[in-house]
Amino acid sequence: MNAIFALPEASTQAVRVDGILAALVIVSALTLALVFGLLVSFAIRYRRGSKAKRGRLPEIVNREFEVGWTAATFFLFAFLFWWAASADVGALTAPANALEVHVLAKQWMWKTQHANGAREIDELHVPVGRPVRLVMTSQDVIHSFFVPAFRIKQDVLPGRNTETWFQATKLGVFPLLCAEYCGTNHSAMRGRITVMREEDYARWLSAQPEGDDLAHVGAKLFVSQGCSGCHASSSAVHAPKLEGLYGRTVQLSDGRQVRADDAYIRDSMLQPKRDIVAGFDPIMPSFAGLLDDGDIQSLTAFIRSLGQEHGHD
Amino acid sequence: MSDATALLREPWQRLERQRQAGKFGIWIFLASETLFFGALLLTYAVCRIEHPDAFAAAGRETNIWFGTINTAILLTSSLTMAVASQAAAQKGRVRQLVLACLGATAALGVAFMIVKGFEYKEDIEKHLVPGTGFALSQPSAQLFYGLYWLVTGVHAIHLTIGIALVVRLVLLGAARRIRLRGSPELEVTALYWHLVDVVWIFLYPLIYLPGRAS
Amino acid sequence: MTDAALAGELPFPPRPDYLRAGSTLLSWLATTDHKRIAILYALTITVFFFMGGAAITAVRVELFVPNGWFLTSDTYNRLFSFHGIIMVWFFLVPSIPNTFGNFLLPLMIGAPDVAFPRLNLFSWYLTLVGGIFAVYTLVAGGVDTGWTFYTPFSTMFSNTHVLTAAAAVFVVGFASIATGVNFIATTHMLRAPGMTWFRLPMFVWSIYATSIVMVLSTPVLAISLMLVIAERWLGLPIFDPARGGDPILFQHLFWFYSHPAVYIMVLPAMGVVSEIIPCFARRRLFGYDFMVYAIIAIAGIGFFVWGHHMFVSGQSPYASLIFSFLSFVIAVPSAIKVFNWTASLYRGQISFNSPMIYALGFVGLFTTGGLSGLFLASIPVDVHVTDTYFVVAHFHYIMVGGSVSAFFGALHFWWPKITGKMYPESWAQFAAITMYFGFNMTFLPQFVAGYLGMPRRYHTYPAEFQVYNVMSSAGAAVLAAAYLLPLVYLMWSLFHGARASNNPWGATGLEWTTTSPPPPHNFDLQPLVDRAPYQYHAEGESAGSDAPEVQNARSLR
Repeated sequence: MNAIFALPEASTQAVRVDGILAALVIVSALTLALVFGLLVSFAIRYRRGSKAKRGRLPEIVNREFEVGWTAATFFLFAFLFWWAASADVGALTAPANALEVHVLAKQWMWKTQHANGAREIDELHVPVGRPVRLVMTSQDVIHSFFVPAFRIKQDVLPGRNTETWFQATKLGVFPLLCAEYCGTNHSAMRGRITVMREEDYARWLSAQPEGDDLAHVGAKLFVSQGCSGCHASSSAVHAPKLEGLYGRTVQLSDGRQVRADDAYIRDSMLQPKRDIVAGFDPIMPSFAGLLDDGDIQSLTAFIRSLGQEHGHD
Repeated sequence: MSDATALLREPWQRLERQRQAGKFGIWIFLASETLFFGALLLTYAVCRIEHPDAFAAAGRETNIWFGTINTAILLTSSLTMAVASQAAAQKGRVRQLVLACLGATAALGVAFMIVKGFEYKEDIEKHLVPGTGFALSQPSAQLFYGLYWLVTGVHAIHLTIGIALVVRLVLLGAARRIRLRGSPELEVTALYWHLVDVVWIFLYPLIYLPGRAS
Repeated sequence: MTDAALAGELPFPPRPDYLRAGSTLLSWLATTDHKRIAILYALTITVFFFMGGAAITAVRVELFVPNGWFLTSDTYNRLFSFHGIIMVWFFLVPSIPNTFGNFLLPLMIGAPDVAFPRLNLFSWYLTLVGGIFAVYTLVAGGVDTGWTFYTPFSTMFSNTHVLTAAAAVFVVGFASIATGVNFIATTHMLRAPGMTWFRLPMFVWSIYATSIVMVLSTPVLAISLMLVIAERWLGLPIFDPARGGDPILFQHLFWFYSHPAVYIMVLPAMGVVSEIIPCFARRRLFGYDFMVYAIIAIAGIGFFVWGHHMFVSGQSPYASLIFSFLSFVIAVPSAIKVFNWTASLYRGQISFNSPMIYALGFVGLFTTGGLSGLFLASIPVDVHVTDTYFVVAHFHYIMVGGSVSAFFGALHFWWPKITGKMYPESWAQFAAITMYFGFNMTFLPQFVAGYLGMPRRYHTYPAEFQVYNVMSSAGAAVLAAAYLLPLVYLMWSLFHGARASNNPWGATGLEWTTTSPPPPHNFDLQPLVDRAPYQYHAEGESAGSDAPEVQNARSLR
C-alpha cells in the first residue's frame, strides 16, 4: 500500500507534521554536519605529531564563546518549540462540522460506528475533505489508534473517552494500526481506512445494513435506565433539562463553569456529585457499574441529538 | 580501648567524621523515603480528587478511636526516642536513662502494632477489604480501602524495621557490646524512627478524617 | 605510549594488590573493598548483558520476515519484554555507576573506600536477589508486559509472570537507592585534602548527579510496581477503571522514574567521555565549569520532562505543552556538552587508542540520538512517531550508542588499572570501529521505518517494512560480533597481557597515581590535591609535549 520510501500525506495534519519534521531534519542535519565536520577535521588536523599550529590559544576561545553557543542553542530550541506548539494548539479541537465516528477498541480489533448506526470492524469509511472526529474508548486494555498516512495517533483508554480528529485529503486505502502494546496479537490489531468521494461515501453509507443509530439506542436507555423519571421535560422532579445542553457552558454550584462535552456528560452519569449544576440539589445517584462504555456513548449521542434536532421525540 | 577507637569503622579515621557521614547518609535515605511515601500520597490525592464522595463515605467507616490512640502512642514514642538520643549526647552517667528510653520507645512501637492489629481485625470483620463482598456500595470506595491497606501496611513494615533496630540497640547496649554514649548508630536509628512517626502524622488525617469534617 | 614513560614506572610494590589480597571465595563474597565489589558487579552485569542480548537476537532473527517464522506471538512478546527489563534494570542502570563508579569514585577523590562499605556489598546482594527473580521469571515462562508494565494490561489482562518480574525490578531498585546514598555520602565526606568541589573530575560529578537522581526517583518506581503487585496479587483496585481507578496514573508514576532513569544511564557515560577525551587529546577539558553546571542542570530538569512520554495518552494538552517546552530546554545542556567535547579536541595532540575511538563514537551517536529527541519533544511530530521504531531507534542511540559505547570506552581505558594487564590494542581498535558501524547499521534504518509508521513491539508487520528490518537484523549481527570480541581478547589479556604501568595513558587523575592494580586501601600515601583536573598543559596554552601535571603533586603519609 505504501511506497517504501515515502509515506502519503493524506490529511491536513500530515502536511503540518511533515513541515515541522522537514525543518527538524534540516536543523539536525546541519548540526550533525557541524559536529561531525569539526570532529573529523580536528581529528585529522590535530592528530598526534602533526605539524598543525598549537601554542597559545587565541583569545576567542573563552567564556564568551561558551555563553554564545549556549544562548544560540537555547533560542533555536525555543523557536522550534514555539512553532511545534502552535501547530499543536491549532489542531487541538475538531471543527464544529466534523462527522462523528465512535471507536471501540478491544483485544484485538477495532469496532467503528457511524452516526447513523452503521457499524464496521477493522474498517472505517470516511469522505474526503470532511473533518472526522473520533470518540474512542476501550473495553479492556489501552490501545492506540494510529493512522500513519494521517499522522494521527491517540491512545484509547478503558473507562474513559479520548478524542482525535482528521480531515482526509487523498482518496485511497490507508493502514490503521494499534500502536500501544496490548497483548498477544497486538501486531495483528490492524485495520484499513478507506477515503471516498463525498457522494461515494453517501452511497456506501446508505447501502449499509440498518443499525439502530446511537441516538435511538440512547433514547431507549434514557427510559429503561430511569433517567427520564427526572430529566424528561414532563418530569416533576427538579433536575437539569437536557435539551440544548450539549456544547453549552454550564454554571456549577461552586462557581465554576464547564463546557458540557462528552467527558462532562460521562462524569455527570458516573460521578454526579462532582459537578453540581447551579440551582439544583445533589440528588442524582451514580450510574457507575450500571452503564457500560457503549451505553454511555449512546446516551451521550442521545443528549447531543436533543440539542441539534429540534423536535426530537 | 578509648571511646573513639571502639566506635570507629572502616574507612574512617576520625569518629566525628564518621558520625557526620552516618547522619548525612541517613538524611539522604530519608529524602528517598519521602519520595517513596510521597508517591503513595500522590496516588491517594489523585484518587480522592476524582472520587470525593466515595472517599468521604469510606473515611467515615474507619475507626477514629484506634487511629487517635495510635497517633498518641507514636508521638509519645518519638518523645522517648528524642530523650534517648539527647541523653546519649550528654556527658556523664546516662546509660541507664538511654536504655530505659530506648526500651520505652520499642514498647510503644509494639503497642502501636497491637492496636493496629485490633483495628485490622475489625476492618476485616466489617468487610472493608476490597474485592467481592466489600461492605460499601460505591465501587470507588474500594479505592480508599485499597490505599488504606497499602499505606498502613507499608507504614507497619517501616515501623517493624524501626522496632527491630531499637531492640538491637537495647540488647547490645545492655550487654555492653556497644557504647551508647555518642553512638552514631543511635542517632541514625533515632532519625529513622522520627521519619516513621512523621509519615503517620500525614496518614492520620488522610485516613481517619475524611467525611468527618461536618 | 611515550606518556607512560614520562609519568614514570614505579617498581612493583612488595605488598599484594587488591586482587591478590585474598583468594578464597569468601574473601570475594564477603568483601567490603569497593574494588572487589565493582568486580562482582561487572561479572553479574556481563551475564545479564549477554542474556538480554540473546533474547533480542532471537527477536531480530524473527523480524527478518514480515509474518514471523519460528516464534509464536506470545514467545516474541516475552522475549522483547525480557530484553527490556534485563537491559534497563540489570545492565544499563547498574552498568557504569556500579562497576566503574564503585571502582573509581574512591580512587578519584583520594579515599580508601566508599562511605558505607557494608551497605555497598549489601547492594550487590540485592542486585543478585533481583536477578534471581528475573531469571526465575524467564525460566517459569516469562512476562509479556514490555519493560513498561502498563496497566491495566499488567494488572488484569496478562497471563504471565508479572509478579516475579515486578518483584525483580522492585528489589533491584533498592540496590540502586543504597548505591546512590553511598556515593553521595562518599563524595561529600571522603574527598582527600585539597580535593575541592571544582577540582573533582567530571566522572565524579556525573556519578554524584546520577546518585541524586537514583535516590530521588527510584522510590517512585518502587511504589508504582508495588501498586501493580498489590492490584494483581491482592486485588486492590488502584488502576482498575471499572472500580474508579486510573490507568494513566500508573504511567505518570512510572515515567516519573523512568525518564530520570534515562539520565541515570547516560550521565555516567558523559562522565567517562569527559575523562577519555582530554587524556587522548592531551588537552584541558574545554569549559570545565560549564560541563559541571550542564550535568547538574540535566539531572535537575530531568525530573520534570516525564510527560513527553504521554503526549498521546490523553493527558491534558496544556500539561503536554509544558512538558514539550522543558524537553527542549533539557536539550540545551546536552548540546553544551557536545560542543565542549568537540572544542576540547581543538589544538590537541590526538591519538586514536581504543578508548578514544569509543569516546568519539559516543559523541557522534549521542548527538544523533539527542537530535532525534528534538523530534519527540515537538508534540505534532511526536504524535506521529511515538510508539514506533523511531522511538526505538532514538533511545537505542542514547542508551546503546551512548551508554554502552561509553561503557566499553571505560572498560578499555581503566582495564590496565583494574587488572594490571594490557590488552591487544589493534584488536580493541577493530572492535570499537566494528561496534560503531554495526550500531548504525542496526538503528539508522529504524528511524525511517518508524517515520513510515512501523509500530514498536510488533511481531508481524506490513511487508513494506521488510527492507528496513532486514537491514536492522543484519546490522545486529555485526553488533553482536563487536560485543563478543572484547570478551575474547580481554580474557586473553588477563593471562597473557603485558603488565600495565601505573599510568599507561599519561592521564592526570588521582587513580593513576597508585599502582595497577591498586592496593586494598587504594593509596600507600594519603594524596593531597593542589590543582584542578585535566592539567595536560599550562593554562591558556594548547597541547604540548610536556608531561601532564597529575592532580596530587604531593603525597602525605
